[in-house]
Amino acid sequence: MNAPTATSTVMAVPGLDAGASAEPPLVEVDDLTVRFVMREATVHAVNGVSFSVRPGEVLCILGESGSGKSVTLRAMLRLLPPRRTRIEGAIRIGGQDVLALDKRRLRDLRGGLVSMIFQEPMTALDPVYTIGTQIAETVMRHKGGSRAEARARALELLELVKIPSAERRLDNYPHELSGGLRQRAMIAMALSCGPRLLLADEPTTALDATVQIQVLILLRKLQRELGMGTIFVTHDLGVASEIADRIAVMYAGRIVEEGPVAEVLRAPLHPYTQGLLASTMHGQSRDHDIEAIPGSPPDLRRLPAGCAFAPRCVQAQSECRAAVPAPRYPLHGRMARCLRVAGDDASQPWPGLQHSVSPAHVSSER
Amino acid sequence: MSQTASLPIGARFDDDSPPALRVRGYWSSVGYRLRHDPATLFFGLIVLLIVLAAIFAPLLAPFDPYKEGVVLRLKPFGYRGHPLGTDELGRDLLSRLIYGGRSSLLMGLVPVCIATALGGTLGVIGGFAGRRVNAAIMRTMDVFYAFPSVLLAVAISGAMGGGMANGMAALALVFTPAMCRVAETATAQVRSLDFIEAARATGAGMFTIVRYHVLGNVLGPVFIYASSLVSVSILLASGLSFLGLGVKPPTPDWGLMLSTLRQSIYVAPLSCALPGAAIFVTSICFNLVSDGIRSAMDVRL
Amino acid sequence: MSTALDTPLRPLSRAAGEGRGGGADPRDVGGPAQPLLIARDLAKHFHVRGGSKSARVRAVDGVSFTLFKGETLGIVGESGCGKSTLARLLLHLVERDGGELIFDGEPVGAPRGITVAALRRHVQMVFQDSYSSLNPRMPVQDSVAFGPFVHGRRKPDARRVAREMLVKVGLNPDLFGQRYPHELSGGQKQRVNIARALAIEPRMVILDEAVSALDKSVEAQVLNLLRALKAQFNLTYLFISHDLNVVRYISDRVLVMYLGRVVELGPSEEIFTRPLHPYTRALLGSRPSMDPAHRIEEPPITGDPPSAIDPPTGCRFHTRCPFAEDVCAAKSPELGAWLERGSHVAACHMLDAGSGHSAAPA
Repeated sequence: MNAPTATSTVMAVPGLDAGASAEPPLVEVDDLTVRFVMREATVHAVNGVSFSVRPGEVLCILGESGSGKSVTLRAMLRLLPPRRTRIEGAIRIGGQDVLALDKRRLRDLRGGLVSMIFQEPMTALDPVYTIGTQIAETVMRHKGGSRAEARARALELLELVKIPSAERRLDNYPHELSGGLRQRAMIAMALSCGPRLLLADEPTTALDATVQIQVLILLRKLQRELGMGTIFVTHDLGVASEIADRIAVMYAGRIVEEGPVAEVLRAPLHPYTQGLLASTMHGQSRDHDIEAIPGSPPDLRRLPAGCAFAPRCVQAQSECRAAVPAPRYPLHGRMARCLRVAGDDASQPWPGLQHSVSPAHVSSER
Repeated sequence: MSQTASLPIGARFDDDSPPALRVRGYWSSVGYRLRHDPATLFFGLIVLLIVLAAIFAPLLAPFDPYKEGVVLRLKPFGYRGHPLGTDELGRDLLSRLIYGGRSSLLMGLVPVCIATALGGTLGVIGGFAGRRVNAAIMRTMDVFYAFPSVLLAVAISGAMGGGMANGMAALALVFTPAMCRVAETATAQVRSLDFIEAARATGAGMFTIVRYHVLGNVLGPVFIYASSLVSVSILLASGLSFLGLGVKPPTPDWGLMLSTLRQSIYVAPLSCALPGAAIFVTSICFNLVSDGIRSAMDVRL
Repeated sequence: MSTALDTPLRPLSRAAGEGRGGGADPRDVGGPAQPLLIARDLAKHFHVRGGSKSARVRAVDGVSFTLFKGETLGIVGESGCGKSTLARLLLHLVERDGGELIFDGEPVGAPRGITVAALRRHVQMVFQDSYSSLNPRMPVQDSVAFGPFVHGRRKPDARRVAREMLVKVGLNPDLFGQRYPHELSGGQKQRVNIARALAIEPRMVILDEAVSALDKSVEAQVLNLLRALKAQFNLTYLFISHDLNVVRYISDRVLVMYLGRVVELGPSEEIFTRPLHPYTRALLGSRPSMDPAHRIEEPPITGDPPSAIDPPTGCRFHTRCPFAEDVCAAKSPELGAWLERGSHVAACHMLDAGSGHSAAPA
């Protein structure tokens, strides 16, 4: 176990041990709206998304294709093509207003305070440089120092992500590595500057089952040891249940439900989350049909007026189609945008997480 | 839907929601985009006017383009009812320009059509057939491809002797390899897609698959490329005529006119520039229209 | 309109079954006990270009299994295990390098058996990528009608069959028939693909990761649909997937592949409750827990699957197997009696008495 040494070297963030409840959120996203303006139509990809992430917390954004989960993540680093993207709302990371940053400060933010890992590592790794060179370059760009120091740091990082015979792998090109190792190398590069926030866009989706669980466990361990806040985008409930502290379920560009992962999976409030759970295979009886959600997700070029899920919802009423339901807080730390969710815990202000259980230890407590 | 109850299996129509945007076929959506592209429409209109003028030349031309007049040589604009003056043999320049469009446009379009048919067919065969047939076709094409196109056109039409038909044949031969390569690439791309494999799994023969599944997908890129070749063809044809390898005098042709008026460049510079301007305007309009068509057709479906 | 919907496909059934004897399914030649498909020692080696002369990918290397009439056989394995190549071998979309294929008692491509063309009349396939498996320039109704058209129906007739098939898969032909693939959602496209596969009334359908690319809510719809269609058309499924939970739900029996070989084959519930092979156990243990209170703390196995170019000797899993001994690298384990319907077999030296493995039964 080389974790303790690794922690001391990687963690360049002071004050993480200070009382978590007193600390301001690491990420605050308020009423984020993202639209893509195309020649013939406007795609309403994200429609008023608000959430916050505290230091050391893992928020999973769960949603199907077209739910706006990846767009939300990319908007946080302003990675979307600026010419045809319209972003509104506020994004605050570590106290900085991301949407107002100039180009140089934005570069410092990317890869410095915030790192991102992707589904396809080849999008993040340059095929013409060795793994070691790429990681060393990143270290030197953000932290300075000599080439030898940076290379030593690269080796340290490869060992941190448990790449076997790391010394030799430093001189490998990305295509010489297997899928799982490549993913680990990308994670090493993302961690190279001790980010306080890790953005993960389906990093395990393209991996085989036996490799996916290895990478998931690695990410979970690293996140805890380094105390990184993490936003983990996935479409897979199983993956979310393995890594998330809190979970935000997105549908048609809105967060329809949010809460601690165990509670959301045990007793989902929103009909969409309920349907998603029912249609995710995990040992259902073979004698019956699966309780599938009927229909298809809405066209983001033409969203329905009210709740976007109403056309597929068996419980929908006429009010559902009138206006988009406001967030309701029926239980401690939980939110759902559904008119059928009763009761409003008014004492729980949005985003209201000050008093909830320390999320980093959900699994160990139960 | 009303028939939900009578459905044979438990399934209902899950996806009955009406389409969000109007349902259009591929070609009608291309048409839609073209109609909303004013620049392409404008240049398309000019092309149309040039084509119409060439077709209806006998009605439009104020004079007989062959009628010479010794006293009327190289007269300026507007001289005795000749709006654009006369050429070095005293023929009406406007009439010759209008008639000249006929041969120039013909030389622009016919070789491209022949090359599209020939090269397209070879390319589809090459792209869909096995490795050996592909190698045989494509390596042959590469031999032609190795020469600069102008040189090749001059060499072929020179070897066959001048004349309009030979010129067109030469140009067609010049364009065929490029056309073949475009068709081959498009076919090879389509061939690797699953729906071709699905069609094979259905038990369809090669000819049926090509006819129903390949051609429709190859036609788009081939057509785009062909439209961009038209202006090249007009230019090359003018070049051939200029060198005396294309249209024979006294037939009016822009390239030929440019060649003969060239000697009078110091006497009547404006008259000399006219055929050049006609070539320039026509080819650039074809080019811009082709660009518009390309961007209208270039959608990832 | 409703009359057309109420009389589904009867003319098609008659056409497909003409000339054959009576019985439940007139196309049934060998009788109900005869397996629909027997694959014996199937092999496919791809040559790798540019490498050394002997470099070849052993994509499928001696795969044997039976597929009984009316069952669903699930095939699971990680990427590169050869499951997709196997599917293409069964349809002769790639030529096999070795082995034997027997369809309903008749060898395929042999002098006394049935031709590849005849096989393709009975076996159809649904691909993973719902987009690239439909012709983008063709209205989906025509894509469905293509199969019946190829098999000799006239165009209006084929189009009628296509419309009936679209109804069967839950798509209203009036709304969807004239649309192009890019105007449909992923689930709708996959329904069209299913309709296309079923339009020539096959007896067997290979579903190659057919629901893997779909969103979960849509995947459930399509799985329900597949089950309903199977009962209605008396189909036999070969269901290829990397998603173990889906395979468990839909399959009667399961075949587990690793690097081009079969490592375990048996009834679905037995595989999932009493897996025999260490690889199957690792695969099952790698599934996320779906319970945040009981997360997986240690991965069942480490490392990536080795490359299929120059695969490990002996048992191909020995490089990652926690129980590997010398014998595992030296000698290849046998699968055992795979031909029977109820047999649960695994290719592992630990199960083979006298193999020389210390954990083997005496």
